Amino acid sequence: MTPSALRIFFGTGSWIILAFLVLPILVVIPVSLTDTSFIGLPKDHLSLQHYDTFVHSTKWLFASWTSIWIGCVVAVVATGLGTLFCIGVWFLSDRAAMIVRWIMIVPILVPPVVQSLGFYKFWVTLGLIDSYLGVILAHVLLGLPYVTISVFASLSNMDRRLPLAARNLGASIGMTIRTVIIPAIRPGMISGGIFAFIVSFDEIVSVLFLTVRRVETLPKMIWEGIQESVDPVIAVVASIFVLITLIATSLAALRRS
Amino acid sequence: MPHIPEKLRYWMLIIPALAVMIIFYIFPVLNIWGISITEPSVGIENYERMFASNAVKVSFVLTFRIAAITTVACLILGYVVAYTISNLAGRVRPLMLGLVLLPFWVSVLIRSFAWIVLLGRSGLVNDGLMATGIISQPLRLMHNELGVLIAMVHVMLPFAVLPMLTNMRGISGSYIQAARGLGASEWRAFREVYFPQTLPGVMSGGLLVFVLSLGFYVTPALLGGGRVMMISEYITYQIQEFLNWGLGAALSVVLLMATAVVLLIASRFVNLKTTFLERR
Repeated sequence: MTPSALRIFFGTGSWIILAFLVLPILVVIPVSLTDTSFIGLPKDHLSLQHYDTFVHSTKWLFASWTSIWIGCVVAVVATGLGTLFCIGVWFLSDRAAMIVRWIMIVPILVPPVVQSLGFYKFWVTLGLIDSYLGVILAHVLLGLPYVTISVFASLSNMDRRLPLAARNLGASIGMTIRTVIIPAIRPGMISGGIFAFIVSFDEIVSVLFLTVRRVETLPKMIWEGIQESVDPVIAVVASIFVLITLIATSLAALRRS
Repeated sequence: MPHIPEKLRYWMLIIPALAVMIIFYIFPVLNIWGISITEPSVGIENYERMFASNAVKVSFVLTFRIAAITTVACLILGYVVAYTISNLAGRVRPLMLGLVLLPFWVSVLIRSFAWIVLLGRSGLVNDGLMATGIISQPLRLMHNELGVLIAMVHVMLPFAVLPMLTNMRGISGSYIQAARGLGASEWRAFREVYFPQTLPGVMSGGLLVFVLSLGFYVTPALLGGGRVMMISEYITYQIQEFLNWGLGAALSVVLLMATAVVLLIASRFVNLKTTFLERR
Protein backbone atom coordinates (compact mmCIF):
# COMPACT_ATOMS: atom_id res chain seq x y z
CA MET A 1 0.00 0.00 0.00
CA THR A 2 1.42 3.36 -0.98
CA PRO A 3 1.34 5.93 1.80
CA SER A 4 -1.63 8.22 1.45
CA ALA A 5 -1.59 12.01 1.63
CA LEU A 6 -3.05 11.87 5.14
CA ARG A 7 -0.26 9.60 6.36
CA ILE A 8 2.45 11.70 4.76
CA PHE A 9 0.97 14.86 6.29
CA PHE A 10 0.82 13.44 9.82
CA GLY A 11 4.16 11.66 9.54
CA THR A 12 6.26 14.58 8.31
CA GLY A 13 4.28 17.06 10.40
CA SER A 14 5.04 15.26 13.63
CA TRP A 15 8.77 14.97 12.95
CA ILE A 16 8.88 18.72 12.36
CA ILE A 17 6.92 19.36 15.59
CA LEU A 18 9.13 16.97 17.56
CA ALA A 19 12.18 18.82 16.22
CA PHE A 20 10.60 22.06 17.46
CA LEU A 21 10.16 20.44 20.88
CA VAL A 22 13.64 19.00 21.26
CA LEU A 23 16.20 20.98 19.22
CA PRO A 24 15.77 24.31 21.07
CA ILE A 25 16.57 22.54 24.32
CA LEU A 26 19.68 20.86 22.93
CA VAL A 27 21.02 24.24 21.82
CA VAL A 28 22.27 24.91 25.37
CA ILE A 29 24.90 22.18 24.98
CA PRO A 30 27.05 23.78 22.22
CA VAL A 31 26.55 27.16 23.90
CA SER A 32 27.91 25.79 27.19
CA LEU A 33 31.10 24.76 25.36
CA THR A 34 31.78 28.26 24.04
CA ASP A 35 35.28 29.71 24.24
CA THR A 36 33.88 33.25 24.54
CA SER A 37 32.83 35.04 27.70
CA PHE A 38 29.29 35.69 26.46
CA ILE A 39 26.38 33.48 25.40
CA GLY A 40 26.91 32.23 21.87
CA LEU A 41 28.25 29.38 19.78
CA PRO A 42 31.95 28.50 20.16
CA LYS A 43 34.07 30.80 17.95
CA ASP A 44 37.45 29.10 17.42
CA HIS A 45 37.38 25.93 19.45
CA LEU A 46 35.37 24.11 22.09
CA SER A 47 36.19 25.03 25.64
CA LEU A 48 35.35 23.65 29.06
CA GLN A 49 36.20 26.93 30.79
CA HIS A 50 32.64 27.56 31.95
CA TYR A 51 32.35 24.04 33.35
CA ASP A 52 35.54 24.83 35.22
CA THR A 53 33.96 28.02 36.59
CA PHE A 54 30.89 26.05 37.67
CA VAL A 55 32.74 23.32 39.57
CA HIS A 56 34.89 25.91 41.34
CA SER A 57 32.05 28.25 42.25
CA THR A 58 31.01 27.70 45.85
CA LYS A 59 27.82 29.69 45.21
CA TRP A 60 26.63 27.45 42.38
CA LEU A 61 27.68 24.24 44.11
CA PHE A 62 26.05 25.28 47.37
CA ALA A 63 22.82 26.19 45.58
CA SER A 64 22.84 22.84 43.74
CA TRP A 65 23.35 20.99 47.01
CA THR A 66 20.55 23.01 48.66
CA SER A 67 18.13 22.16 45.86
CA ILE A 68 19.04 18.48 46.00
CA TRP A 69 18.59 18.02 49.73
CA ILE A 70 15.43 20.14 49.88
CA GLY A 71 14.06 18.05 47.00
CA CYS A 72 14.84 14.80 48.85
CA VAL A 73 13.18 15.95 52.09
CA VAL A 74 10.15 17.15 50.11
CA ALA A 75 9.93 13.83 48.24
CA VAL A 76 10.03 11.77 51.43
CA VAL A 77 7.55 13.92 53.39
CA ALA A 78 5.11 14.37 50.49
CA THR A 79 5.21 10.66 49.61
CA GLY A 80 4.63 9.67 53.24
CA LEU A 81 1.71 12.04 53.81
CA GLY A 82 0.26 11.47 50.34
CA THR A 83 0.40 7.67 50.56
CA LEU A 84 -1.40 7.50 53.91
CA PHE A 85 -3.95 9.97 52.56
CA CYS A 86 -4.62 7.89 49.45
CA ILE A 87 -4.95 4.64 51.40
CA GLY A 88 -7.51 6.25 53.73
CA VAL A 89 -9.44 7.69 50.82
CA TRP A 90 -9.33 4.39 48.98
CA PHE A 91 -10.70 2.46 51.97
CA LEU A 92 -13.49 4.99 52.44
CA SER A 93 -14.43 5.41 48.77
CA ASP A 94 -17.43 7.60 49.56
CA ARG A 95 -18.52 11.09 48.64
CA ALA A 96 -16.46 12.77 51.35
CA ALA A 97 -13.39 10.88 50.12
CA MET A 98 -13.98 12.24 46.62
CA ILE A 99 -14.20 15.79 47.95
CA VAL A 100 -10.94 15.56 49.90
CA ARG A 101 -9.23 14.15 46.81
CA TRP A 102 -10.23 17.31 44.96
CA ILE A 103 -8.97 19.48 47.82
CA MET A 104 -5.58 17.77 47.55
CA ILE A 105 -5.08 18.74 43.89
CA VAL A 106 -6.04 22.41 44.26
CA PRO A 107 -2.35 23.50 44.05
CA ILE A 108 -2.28 22.30 40.41
CA LEU A 109 -5.10 24.68 39.52
CA VAL A 110 -4.13 27.84 41.42
CA PRO A 111 -1.75 30.14 39.50
CA PRO A 112 1.78 30.03 41.00
CA VAL A 113 1.94 33.76 41.69
CA VAL A 114 -1.39 33.71 43.52
CA GLN A 115 -0.42 30.85 45.81
CA SER A 116 2.99 32.38 46.46
CA LEU A 117 1.37 35.64 47.51
CA GLY A 118 -0.78 33.67 49.94
CA PHE A 119 2.25 31.76 51.24
CA TYR A 120 4.21 34.98 51.73
CA LYS A 121 1.66 36.69 53.95
CA PHE A 122 1.13 33.58 56.05
CA TRP A 123 4.83 32.69 56.26
CA VAL A 124 5.50 36.23 57.56
CA THR A 125 3.15 35.60 60.49
CA LEU A 126 4.74 32.20 61.09
CA GLY A 127 8.27 33.65 60.90
CA LEU A 128 9.22 31.25 58.10
CA ILE A 129 10.46 33.81 55.54
CA ASP A 130 13.95 33.07 54.19
CA SER A 131 14.15 29.76 56.05
CA TYR A 132 14.73 26.27 54.70
CA LEU A 133 11.69 25.02 56.60
CA GLY A 134 9.53 27.63 54.86
CA VAL A 135 10.67 26.51 51.41
CA ILE A 136 10.31 22.82 52.29
CA LEU A 137 6.77 23.35 53.59
CA ALA A 138 5.73 25.24 50.44
CA HIS A 139 7.25 22.56 48.22
CA VAL A 140 5.60 19.71 50.13
CA LEU A 141 2.24 21.40 49.48
CA LEU A 142 3.04 21.78 45.78
CA GLY A 143 4.29 18.18 45.52
CA LEU A 144 1.36 16.54 47.32
CA PRO A 145 -1.08 16.69 44.36
CA TYR A 146 1.33 14.77 42.13
CA VAL A 147 1.98 12.16 44.82
CA THR A 148 -1.73 11.60 45.42
CA ILE A 149 -2.45 11.32 41.68
CA SER A 150 0.19 8.67 41.09
CA VAL A 151 -0.32 6.72 44.32
CA PHE A 152 -4.07 6.67 43.74
CA ALA A 153 -3.52 5.36 40.21
CA SER A 154 -1.59 2.43 41.70
CA LEU A 155 -4.27 1.80 44.32
CA SER A 156 -7.01 1.69 41.67
CA ASN A 157 -5.11 -1.05 39.88
CA MET A 158 -4.86 -3.15 43.03
CA ASP A 159 -7.28 -5.99 43.63
CA ARG A 160 -9.75 -4.75 46.22
CA ARG A 161 -10.15 -8.22 47.70
CA LEU A 162 -6.52 -8.49 48.83
CA PRO A 163 -6.62 -6.03 51.75
CA LEU A 164 -10.15 -7.16 52.61
CA ALA A 165 -8.93 -10.74 52.83
CA ALA A 166 -6.10 -9.62 55.11
CA ARG A 167 -8.55 -7.75 57.33
CA ASN A 168 -10.91 -10.74 57.49
CA LEU A 169 -8.01 -12.96 58.50
CA GLY A 170 -7.49 -10.68 61.48
CA ALA A 171 -4.75 -8.27 60.35
CA SER A 172 -5.00 -4.77 61.79
CA ILE A 173 -5.23 -1.77 59.48
CA GLY A 174 -1.58 -0.95 60.18
CA MET A 175 -0.47 -4.48 59.38
CA THR A 176 -2.60 -4.63 56.22
CA ILE A 177 -1.05 -1.39 55.01
CA ARG A 178 2.49 -2.53 55.76
CA THR A 179 2.33 -6.06 54.43
CA VAL A 180 -0.31 -5.97 51.69
CA ILE A 181 -0.96 -2.46 50.37
CA ILE A 182 2.46 -0.80 50.44
CA PRO A 183 4.21 -3.61 48.51
CA ALA A 184 1.45 -3.49 45.89
CA ILE A 185 1.56 0.27 45.35
CA ARG A 186 5.33 0.74 45.56
CA PRO A 187 5.67 1.74 41.86
CA GLY A 188 3.12 4.53 42.36
CA MET A 189 4.89 5.72 45.50
CA ILE A 190 8.25 5.80 43.74
CA SER A 191 6.95 7.74 40.75
CA GLY A 192 5.05 10.07 43.10
CA GLY A 193 8.24 10.67 45.04
CA ILE A 194 10.22 11.38 41.88
CA PHE A 195 7.47 13.79 40.79
CA ALA A 196 7.61 15.59 44.14
CA PHE A 197 11.41 15.81 43.94
CA ILE A 198 11.27 17.32 40.46
CA VAL A 199 8.51 19.78 41.42
CA SER A 200 10.66 21.01 44.30
CA PHE A 201 13.92 20.94 42.34
CA ASP A 202 12.46 23.08 39.50
CA GLU A 203 10.24 25.35 41.57
CA ILE A 204 11.00 29.04 41.27
CA VAL A 205 8.00 31.32 41.92
CA SER A 206 7.39 30.53 45.60
CA VAL A 207 11.16 30.59 46.27
CA LEU A 208 11.28 34.12 44.82
CA PHE A 209 8.51 35.20 47.20
CA LEU A 210 9.64 33.31 50.29
CA THR A 211 13.42 33.76 50.35
CA VAL A 212 15.67 36.78 50.56
CA ARG A 213 19.41 36.11 50.76
CA ARG A 214 19.98 33.22 53.11
CA VAL A 215 18.29 30.49 51.08
CA GLU A 216 19.63 30.14 47.53
CA THR A 217 18.29 27.33 45.37
CA LEU A 218 19.49 26.38 41.92
CA PRO A 219 16.43 27.75 40.07
CA LYS A 220 16.81 31.03 41.97
CA MET A 221 20.48 31.31 40.91
CA ILE A 222 19.47 30.60 37.29
CA TRP A 223 16.64 33.13 37.48
CA GLU A 224 18.91 35.83 38.90
CA GLY A 225 21.60 34.94 36.38
CA ILE A 226 19.19 35.40 33.47
CA GLN A 227 17.90 38.70 34.86
CA GLU A 228 21.32 40.26 35.48
CA SER A 229 23.71 39.26 32.77
CA VAL A 230 23.41 36.25 30.63
CA ASP A 231 26.46 34.38 31.89
CA PRO A 232 27.54 31.20 30.02
CA VAL A 233 27.66 29.35 33.37
CA ILE A 234 23.85 29.20 33.14
CA ALA A 235 24.29 27.30 29.87
CA VAL A 236 26.54 24.86 31.75
CA VAL A 237 23.88 24.27 34.42
CA ALA A 238 21.23 23.97 31.71
CA SER A 239 23.34 21.43 29.80
CA ILE A 240 23.82 19.32 32.92
CA PHE A 241 20.04 19.38 33.49
CA VAL A 242 19.34 18.46 29.88
CA LEU A 243 21.91 15.63 29.80
CA ILE A 244 20.57 14.11 33.03
CA THR A 245 17.01 14.30 31.67
CA LEU A 246 18.15 12.84 28.34
CA ILE A 247 19.78 9.86 30.08
CA ALA A 248 16.81 9.34 32.40
CA THR A 249 14.20 9.45 29.62
CA SER A 250 16.27 7.12 27.42
CA LEU A 251 16.59 4.63 30.26
CA ALA A 252 12.85 4.84 30.93
CA ALA A 253 12.10 4.36 27.22
CA LEU A 254 14.44 1.36 27.02
CA ARG A 255 12.82 -0.25 30.03
CA ARG A 256 9.38 0.26 28.51
CA SER A 257 10.21 -1.27 25.12
CA MET B 1 -7.67 -1.08 73.54
CA PRO B 2 -10.80 1.02 73.11
CA HIS B 3 -12.82 0.22 70.03
CA ILE B 4 -12.44 2.84 67.32
CA PRO B 5 -15.00 2.74 64.53
CA GLU B 6 -13.59 1.55 61.20
CA LYS B 7 -14.42 4.79 59.40
CA LEU B 8 -12.61 6.89 61.96
CA ARG B 9 -9.48 4.80 61.52
CA TYR B 10 -9.50 5.55 57.79
CA TRP B 11 -9.95 9.25 58.50
CA MET B 12 -6.91 9.12 60.77
CA LEU B 13 -4.87 8.22 57.68
CA ILE B 14 -6.38 11.08 55.71
CA ILE B 15 -6.16 13.81 58.33
CA PRO B 16 -2.40 14.53 58.44
CA ALA B 17 -2.09 15.42 54.76
CA LEU B 18 -5.50 17.07 54.65
CA ALA B 19 -4.79 19.21 57.69
CA VAL B 20 -1.44 20.37 56.29
CA MET B 21 -3.12 21.23 53.00
CA ILE B 22 -6.00 23.15 54.57
CA ILE B 23 -3.97 25.04 57.18
CA PHE B 24 -0.94 25.93 55.08
CA TYR B 25 -2.44 26.12 51.60
CA ILE B 26 -6.19 26.58 51.40
CA PHE B 27 -6.31 29.05 54.28
CA PRO B 28 -3.48 31.33 53.00
CA VAL B 29 -4.96 31.35 49.50
CA LEU B 30 -8.44 32.23 50.79
CA ASN B 31 -6.84 34.85 53.00
CA ILE B 32 -5.73 36.74 49.87
CA TRP B 33 -9.34 37.88 49.62
CA GLY B 34 -8.98 39.33 53.13
CA ILE B 35 -5.78 41.16 52.15
CA SER B 36 -7.49 42.63 49.11
CA ILE B 37 -10.12 44.39 51.25
CA THR B 38 -7.93 45.42 54.19
CA GLU B 39 -4.70 46.72 52.66
CA PRO B 40 -3.83 49.54 52.77
CA SER B 41 -7.22 50.37 54.38
CA VAL B 42 -10.50 48.56 54.89
CA GLY B 43 -12.84 48.81 51.90
CA ILE B 44 -13.18 47.94 48.27
CA GLU B 45 -10.91 50.68 46.95
CA ASN B 46 -8.49 48.13 45.46
CA TYR B 47 -11.29 46.73 43.34
CA GLU B 48 -12.44 50.22 42.33
CA ARG B 49 -8.89 51.11 41.28
CA MET B 50 -8.54 47.84 39.48
CA PHE B 51 -11.71 48.16 37.44
CA ALA B 52 -10.93 51.78 36.61
CA SER B 53 -7.39 50.99 35.47
CA ASN B 54 -6.79 50.71 31.79
CA ALA B 55 -3.48 48.88 32.33
CA VAL B 56 -5.30 46.11 34.22
CA LYS B 57 -7.83 45.76 31.42
CA VAL B 58 -5.06 45.55 28.83
CA SER B 59 -3.26 42.93 30.90
CA PHE B 60 -6.36 40.75 31.31
CA VAL B 61 -7.18 40.91 27.59
CA LEU B 62 -3.56 40.06 26.78
CA THR B 63 -3.58 37.14 29.23
CA PHE B 64 -6.72 35.61 27.75
CA ARG B 65 -5.51 36.21 24.19
CA ILE B 66 -2.13 34.56 24.80
CA ALA B 67 -3.74 31.65 26.67
CA ALA B 68 -6.25 31.14 23.84
CA ILE B 69 -3.67 31.29 21.05
CA THR B 70 -1.33 28.98 22.98
CA THR B 71 -4.17 26.50 23.54
CA VAL B 72 -5.24 26.41 19.89
CA ALA B 73 -1.65 26.08 18.66
CA CYS B 74 -0.90 23.31 21.17
CA LEU B 75 -4.05 21.41 20.23
CA ILE B 76 -3.32 21.49 16.50
CA LEU B 77 0.38 20.62 16.82
CA GLY B 78 -0.29 18.17 19.65
CA TYR B 79 -3.02 16.36 17.69
CA VAL B 80 -0.69 15.69 14.79
CA VAL B 81 1.94 14.24 17.13
CA ALA B 82 -0.52 12.23 19.23
CA TYR B 83 -2.22 10.82 16.11
CA THR B 84 1.09 9.77 14.61
CA ILE B 85 2.33 8.16 17.81
CA SER B 86 -0.94 6.28 18.29
CA ASN B 87 -1.61 5.16 14.74
CA LEU B 88 1.38 5.43 12.44
CA ALA B 89 4.59 5.29 14.44
CA GLY B 90 5.15 1.53 14.57
CA ARG B 91 8.74 0.80 15.51
CA VAL B 92 9.70 4.42 16.22
CA ARG B 93 6.87 4.88 18.73
CA PRO B 94 9.12 4.68 21.85
CA LEU B 95 11.48 7.22 20.25
CA MET B 96 8.66 9.64 19.43
CA LEU B 97 7.17 9.26 22.89
CA GLY B 98 10.60 9.91 24.39
CA LEU B 99 10.95 13.09 22.34
CA VAL B 100 7.63 14.34 23.74
CA LEU B 101 8.59 13.44 27.31
CA LEU B 102 12.12 14.87 27.24
CA PRO B 103 11.02 18.53 27.15
CA PHE B 104 8.27 17.72 29.67
CA TRP B 105 10.92 16.79 32.24
CA VAL B 106 13.28 19.69 31.55
CA SER B 107 12.47 22.61 33.83
CA VAL B 108 10.48 25.53 32.44
CA LEU B 109 13.25 27.87 33.52
CA ILE B 110 15.84 26.01 31.44
CA ARG B 111 13.53 25.88 28.44
CA SER B 112 12.86 29.60 28.67
CA PHE B 113 16.60 30.20 28.92
CA ALA B 114 17.13 28.16 25.75
CA TRP B 115 14.61 30.35 23.92
CA ILE B 116 16.37 33.49 25.15
CA VAL B 117 19.62 32.10 23.73
CA LEU B 118 17.88 31.46 20.42
CA LEU B 119 15.63 34.48 20.01
CA GLY B 120 17.63 37.29 21.63
CA ARG B 121 18.83 40.35 19.71
CA SER B 122 22.22 38.72 19.26
CA GLY B 123 20.78 35.26 19.70
CA LEU B 124 21.56 32.27 17.54
CA VAL B 125 18.63 32.77 15.13
CA ASN B 126 19.51 36.38 14.41
CA ASP B 127 23.22 35.58 14.18
CA GLY B 128 22.54 32.75 11.78
CA LEU B 129 20.26 34.81 9.55
CA MET B 130 22.70 37.73 9.52
CA ALA B 131 25.69 35.50 8.76
CA THR B 132 23.91 33.98 5.78
CA GLY B 133 22.92 37.44 4.59
CA ILE B 134 19.17 36.85 4.70
CA ILE B 135 18.68 39.89 6.93
CA SER B 136 20.89 42.90 7.58
CA GLN B 137 19.23 44.08 10.81
CA PRO B 138 18.51 41.76 13.76
CA LEU B 139 14.84 40.80 13.91
CA ARG B 140 12.83 41.45 17.06
CA LEU B 141 11.98 37.92 18.08
CA MET B 142 11.56 38.35 21.83
CA HIS B 143 10.49 41.00 24.31
CA ASN B 144 7.27 40.92 22.33
CA GLU B 145 4.17 38.76 22.06
CA LEU B 146 5.68 36.59 19.34
CA GLY B 147 8.57 35.46 21.54
CA VAL B 148 6.27 34.77 24.49
CA LEU B 149 3.93 32.74 22.26
CA ILE B 150 6.70 30.63 20.73
CA ALA B 151 8.11 29.72 24.13
CA MET B 152 4.65 29.21 25.71
CA VAL B 153 3.62 26.77 22.96
CA HIS B 154 6.90 24.94 23.46
CA VAL B 155 6.38 24.66 27.22
CA MET B 156 2.69 23.67 27.03
CA LEU B 157 2.76 21.27 24.07
CA PRO B 158 3.46 18.09 26.11
CA PHE B 159 0.47 18.94 28.34
CA ALA B 160 -1.72 18.81 25.23
CA VAL B 161 -0.16 15.67 23.76
CA LEU B 162 -0.33 13.43 26.85
CA PRO B 163 -4.13 13.49 27.47
CA MET B 164 -4.75 13.02 23.74
CA LEU B 165 -2.42 9.99 23.73
CA THR B 166 -4.29 8.46 26.67
CA ASN B 167 -7.58 8.99 24.86
CA MET B 168 -6.36 7.64 21.49
CA ARG B 169 -4.94 4.52 23.15
CA GLY B 170 -8.52 3.57 24.05
CA ILE B 171 -9.90 3.91 20.52
CA SER B 172 -10.37 0.64 18.67
CA GLY B 173 -9.10 0.53 15.09
CA SER B 174 -12.05 -1.54 13.97
CA TYR B 175 -14.34 1.48 13.53
CA ILE B 176 -11.99 3.01 10.98
CA GLN B 177 -11.65 -0.35 9.24
CA ALA B 178 -15.42 -0.70 9.11
CA ALA B 179 -15.80 2.78 7.64
CA ARG B 180 -13.09 2.06 5.06
CA GLY B 181 -14.68 -1.29 4.26
CA LEU B 182 -17.98 0.44 3.62
CA GLY B 183 -16.24 2.63 1.06
CA ALA B 184 -15.33 5.80 2.95
CA SER B 185 -12.17 7.55 1.80
CA GLU B 186 -9.29 7.65 4.27
CA TRP B 187 -9.90 11.35 4.92
CA ARG B 188 -13.64 10.87 5.39
CA ALA B 189 -13.13 7.94 7.75
CA PHE B 190 -10.74 10.07 9.78
CA ARG B 191 -13.03 13.11 9.84
CA GLU B 192 -16.32 11.41 10.53
CA VAL B 193 -15.35 8.30 12.47
CA TYR B 194 -11.99 8.78 14.16
CA PHE B 195 -11.91 12.48 14.98
CA PRO B 196 -15.21 12.61 16.96
CA GLN B 197 -13.94 9.82 19.19
CA THR B 198 -10.83 11.83 20.04
CA LEU B 199 -12.74 14.93 21.16
CA PRO B 200 -12.66 14.04 24.90
CA GLY B 201 -8.87 13.92 24.77
CA VAL B 202 -8.72 17.17 22.80
CA MET B 203 -10.97 18.90 25.34
CA SER B 204 -8.93 17.57 28.26
CA GLY B 205 -5.65 18.73 26.75
CA GLY B 206 -7.12 22.08 25.80
CA LEU B 207 -8.46 22.75 29.28
CA LEU B 208 -5.17 21.78 30.91
CA VAL B 209 -3.17 24.07 28.63
CA PHE B 210 -5.62 26.96 28.95
CA VAL B 211 -5.79 26.86 32.75
CA LEU B 212 -2.01 26.56 33.12
CA SER B 213 -1.46 29.35 30.58
CA LEU B 214 -3.82 31.77 32.34
CA GLY B 215 -1.64 31.81 35.45
CA PHE B 216 1.72 31.33 33.80
CA TYR B 217 4.54 33.51 35.09
CA VAL B 218 8.07 32.28 34.35
CA THR B 219 8.12 32.15 30.55
CA PRO B 220 6.14 35.36 29.86
CA ALA B 221 8.25 37.24 32.40
CA LEU B 222 11.56 36.07 30.89
CA LEU B 223 10.64 36.24 27.20
CA GLY B 224 8.40 39.29 27.46
CA GLY B 225 11.09 41.48 28.99
CA GLY B 226 8.51 43.59 30.84
CA ARG B 227 6.73 44.49 27.62
CA VAL B 228 4.24 41.63 27.52
CA MET B 229 2.71 41.77 30.98
CA MET B 230 0.38 38.90 31.57
CA ILE B 231 -1.66 39.16 34.74
CA SER B 232 0.70 37.06 36.90
CA GLU B 233 3.60 39.32 36.03
CA TYR B 234 1.44 42.38 36.57
CA ILE B 235 0.72 41.16 40.12
CA THR B 236 4.41 40.68 40.98
CA TYR B 237 5.20 44.02 39.34
CA GLN B 238 2.68 45.80 41.57
CA ILE B 239 4.12 44.10 44.64
CA GLN B 240 7.83 44.40 43.87
CA GLU B 241 7.88 47.90 42.40
CA PHE B 242 5.17 49.60 44.44
CA LEU B 243 4.73 47.28 47.44
CA ASN B 244 1.10 47.44 46.46
CA TRP B 245 -0.04 44.25 48.22
CA GLY B 246 -3.69 45.28 48.27
CA LEU B 247 -3.95 45.70 44.53
CA GLY B 248 -1.84 42.59 43.97
CA ALA B 249 -4.23 40.63 46.18
CA ALA B 250 -7.31 42.03 44.42
CA LEU B 251 -5.84 41.06 41.04
CA SER B 252 -5.08 37.59 42.42
CA VAL B 253 -8.68 37.19 43.54
CA VAL B 254 -9.91 38.10 40.06
CA LEU B 255 -7.40 35.75 38.39
CA LEU B 256 -8.47 32.95 40.72
CA MET B 257 -12.14 33.63 39.99
CA ALA B 258 -11.43 33.69 36.26
CA THR B 259 -9.74 30.28 36.55
CA ALA B 260 -12.70 28.95 38.55
CA VAL B 261 -15.18 30.23 35.96
CA VAL B 262 -13.19 28.59 33.15
CA LEU B 263 -13.26 25.28 35.06
CA LEU B 264 -16.96 25.64 35.76
CA ILE B 265 -17.80 26.27 32.11
CA ALA B 266 -15.44 23.50 31.03
CA SER B 267 -17.04 21.00 33.40
CA ARG B 268 -20.03 20.90 31.04
CA PHE B 269 -17.90 19.62 28.16
CA VAL B 270 -14.87 18.03 29.80
CA ASN B 271 -14.56 15.21 32.26
CA LEU B 272 -12.71 17.09 35.01
CA LYS B 273 -12.10 13.89 36.90
CA THR B 274 -10.07 12.26 34.13
CA THR B 275 -8.40 15.57 33.26
CA PHE B 276 -7.07 16.34 36.73
CA LEU B 277 -7.56 13.50 39.21
CA GLU B 278 -6.64 10.64 36.92
CA ARG B 279 -3.97 12.25 34.82
CA ARG B 280 -1.68 9.98 32.72
